[in-house]
Amino acid sequence: MDARLFEGPRERGITLMAARDQHGVGAPFGDRFQVVGRAERKVDGLAKATGQAVYTDDIQLPGMLHAKILRSPHAHARIRSIDTSKALALPGVHAVITGRDMPIKYGVIPWTPDENALALEKVRFIGDEVAAVAALDEDTANAALRLIEVDYEVLPAHFDPKDALAKPEVQIHETPEKPDRGNVSKHVRLEFGDVDQALEDADVVLEGHYRFHGSTHAPIEPHCAVAQVSPDGVLTLWSATQITHYVHRALARVLELKESRIRVIQPCLGGAFGGKSDPFALEFAVAKLAMVTGRPVKMLWTREEVFYAHRGRHPMQLHYRSGIRRDGKLTGVDAKILIDGGSYSSFGLVTTYYSGQLLTGPVHFPTYRFDSTRVFTNKPPCGPKRGHGSVQPRFAFEVQLDELAEAVALDPIELRRRNWQGEHTHTVNGQRITSNGFLGCLDEVERASGWRERRGKLPFGRGLGVAGSMYISGTNYAIYPNDMPQAGIQIKLDRSGLATVFTGGNDIGQGSNSVCRAIVAEELGLDPDDVRVVAADTDLCPVDLGAYSSRVTFMVGNATIDAARKLRRLVTGAVAKKWSVPENRIFMGRGEVFDLEDRSRAITSREAIQIAEALHDTLGATGSYNTPKLGGDYRGGTIGASPAYSFTAHVVEAEVDVETGRIHLHNCWVAHDCGRALNPMLVAGQMEGSAYMGLAEAVMEVHDINRFGLHAGPSLLDYRIPTSVDTPELHALIVESLDPEGPYGAKEAGEGPLHPALPAISNAVYDAVGVRLRELPFTPAAVLRALRAAGVGPKARAAQQPEGARR
Amino acid sequence: MASLLLNVNGDQLEVTAPDHWTLLEVLRYRLGLTGSKQGCDKGDCGACTVQIDGEPQLACLALATLCEGRAITTIEGLMPAHLRAGGKGPDPLQDAFDRCGALQCGFCQPGMLLSAKALLERSPDPSRDEIRHALAGNLCRCTGYTQIFQAVELAAAEAQGRAPTPPAWHPDGNPWMPACSKAPAKGESR
Repeated sequence: MDARLFEGPRERGITLMAARDQHGVGAPFGDRFQVVGRAERKVDGLAKATGQAVYTDDIQLPGMLHAKILRSPHAHARIRSIDTSKALALPGVHAVITGRDMPIKYGVIPWTPDENALALEKVRFIGDEVAAVAALDEDTANAALRLIEVDYEVLPAHFDPKDALAKPEVQIHETPEKPDRGNVSKHVRLEFGDVDQALEDADVVLEGHYRFHGSTHAPIEPHCAVAQVSPDGVLTLWSATQITHYVHRALARVLELKESRIRVIQPCLGGAFGGKSDPFALEFAVAKLAMVTGRPVKMLWTREEVFYAHRGRHPMQLHYRSGIRRDGKLTGVDAKILIDGGSYSSFGLVTTYYSGQLLTGPVHFPTYRFDSTRVFTNKPPCGPKRGHGSVQPRFAFEVQLDELAEAVALDPIELRRRNWQGEHTHTVNGQRITSNGFLGCLDEVERASGWRERRGKLPFGRGLGVAGSMYISGTNYAIYPNDMPQAGIQIKLDRSGLATVFTGGNDIGQGSNSVCRAIVAEELGLDPDDVRVVAADTDLCPVDLGAYSSRVTFMVGNATIDAARKLRRLVTGAVAKKWSVPENRIFMGRGEVFDLEDRSRAITSREAIQIAEALHDTLGATGSYNTPKLGGDYRGGTIGASPAYSFTAHVVEAEVDVETGRIHLHNCWVAHDCGRALNPMLVAGQMEGSAYMGLAEAVMEVHDINRFGLHAGPSLLDYRIPTSVDTPELHALIVESLDPEGPYGAKEAGEGPLHPALPAISNAVYDAVGVRLRELPFTPAAVLRALRAAGVGPKARAAQQPEGARR
Repeated sequence: MASLLLNVNGDQLEVTAPDHWTLLEVLRYRLGLTGSKQGCDKGDCGACTVQIDGEPQLACLALATLCEGRAITTIEGLMPAHLRAGGKGPDPLQDAFDRCGALQCGFCQPGMLLSAKALLERSPDPSRDEIRHALAGNLCRCTGYTQIFQAVELAAAEAQGRAPTPPAWHPDGNPWMPACSKAPAKGESR
């Protein structure tokens, strides 16, 4: 569709960043950092540890009603009529709403608004929202749901993307204006260089088919929202969302309110991982019900409902063809990907691009083509899960790299070194790469895992596998086009000595508020305890685009430095004036302000702030960050463009039980280039949590929909996320490359470290038993089938065991 | 409706609740003790774990009426108990969770902490394997459990007067950050 030969970025020159957004990689003053780089406590750690932290469901308002939602029992049906009269007549019921009360469509991507807050004409998956009830308590609301009568005309449904393509006459989203669209949600085809020729020139071409099942986020906190309307008509929504700003915009559109009449607050959030990025039915429903009843309304989804809300990782069928020369250099990669999108678009336009756009590092290949098609099916809608759109292709490609290494008799780590793209370069699809610590990551996992001594030499059934990856630190693509900053910060400083930071950034547990505090403490030379953070409240905080695409540390961090430096100049300037010395002699650090040339002249930060407040009046500053203009010069070239990329390498040690097919994971070494670890404790936590989540979806988790379109097990017992016993030893190895544009050189750490986990397991299994696993998930049954097909069983183990070492 | 007399965190409390309500519902919706979390409401996730007579139990599976006459400890009870015993700040285990980064989203942690606390009470110096098994009923989706293990190990070691080796990623010259909690001045710290 978007085929255009890319001409190469170097001819166009490298785009430079606006000066205001570069703050340097070193300590802001003095020769070393005071706060940054230390394992500091989190701003909210003790509140969470003592049970004081308030999450959305902990909010109780006077007179609050409880709401529940009626869901479709059909995978695909037309709604002929809905009769709510019996439900409304039930004592204790205050309001019932349906799709007709909120008929305006929305979508998190403004180009694909195909969702209704409650279904209007059709339902498109089992669990699709149809009506909502507000009642005195949940029991009454649930009873009322059973009294709502919906007359459905059941339609044929699609559960397989290939069927959905083959039979467009059963169309999930009717598009009379585009009759040829069928069930295609998005198609992207991009080609960079002459792939066919490059594959012809290769010494070895490998072709393989890979399959990625679906998986879901499963945050321990279910979705919850509370709404209240003030007498003067201001709607306040508290929601377990990771993007307050997009919820704010969507509410205004669907409820036909001015944005200035809506306030969205994200309380403490109990995990998200991408699963709370879209606006959800419950947010619209509680808002509408509060408007109708004049009372506060809460809706808490059950765990089962969270599985229907989904927006999890897309199932993909991936076909890769890659060429390599005898010297180990890749010549080209050709990918064809079929993406099962489920029933709505969600972020699917971006997913489709990401499935191809984010593969072009850290390993370089000079030619590349991808052809990705996202298809609607009658299943819970897929969306962004940690490592959005790129975990699936990364799995396929990194397994294929292992196969290529074997084909040219190269160590898999050496193959990756030999094809490393380098730093300060461009990818084949025109993305600008700045810092790149991938070689350091490879070195670290090679060393820590004992790779050279152990790989290929462990007893039969046990093996090591490696994989690498790259991920964005925020995206240039701002979902809705605008020229305003992507991140904004305000800081208030007053005579008490306290700095209060206002950020629209969403702390979803990853610690973004703690990053804000560390930066302000560093820049103003304050004790971190004298910095407080107010976040994710659209009335109080400047706009930030939210916690997605690993943008927060990079963008909010840069904006925070911007604001803090302005404030610091106000304070140092005022003290310098008072002491009649040049400003560059004034030093702020460790809670003190002193004269560099006369250390006896020192006052506390609080006293210095009072001098500044007397001179300048009330103290405050704003700061902003916006990405430089980046991206390939072609349609879609900005999708996947990021101001900086993080890099990761994993080595996994796995053991395969050839009698049961069960894979035991023993160790996972995670080396991640995060630019600079602003707080190594939080970085390590992100790395370990990412690796855990990747390993989990490889060997345990299956987000399965059965042949009737019904979720196969919408509970945490059936959808098996790992316990402490299932999780292997995780070893976080931090690599710092100091990115020239990151805050003090920092890049992301929250999503990148997930990617290599899955292919590294497959590659470790190959080292262990000589069988390639190309289809996820690696359940015991699937592994056993693969072992049997390859003739590997207990006998093979008996035959090979005495040798001790193989190869 | 049932009228209940519950012993929660040392307080005798009289509450009225529907007969079918669980202990979790009574704690959250009648007593305002919202520290205990609801993650699944069917015993799968462990976020609602409280201690009943010192044993970690799932409050979402315990009928409130069956909890009368038993000593219930919720996450809100740990710090006051530590202060009552003459300690300073939060319970050292809560403090250790914060010092080790074990709290990311924090939603599973009230339950996790009460399971870990019960472990340390019966086994003051547990091995990594013991910790793994003691916490297997509490799902955490953020941390990969590593920093939780480290927190339990730190709290156990300090109670024994030892300082465990910090993990590899810790910056040089900056060992574990200092505790803000202090054990009771006299007698046993636990």
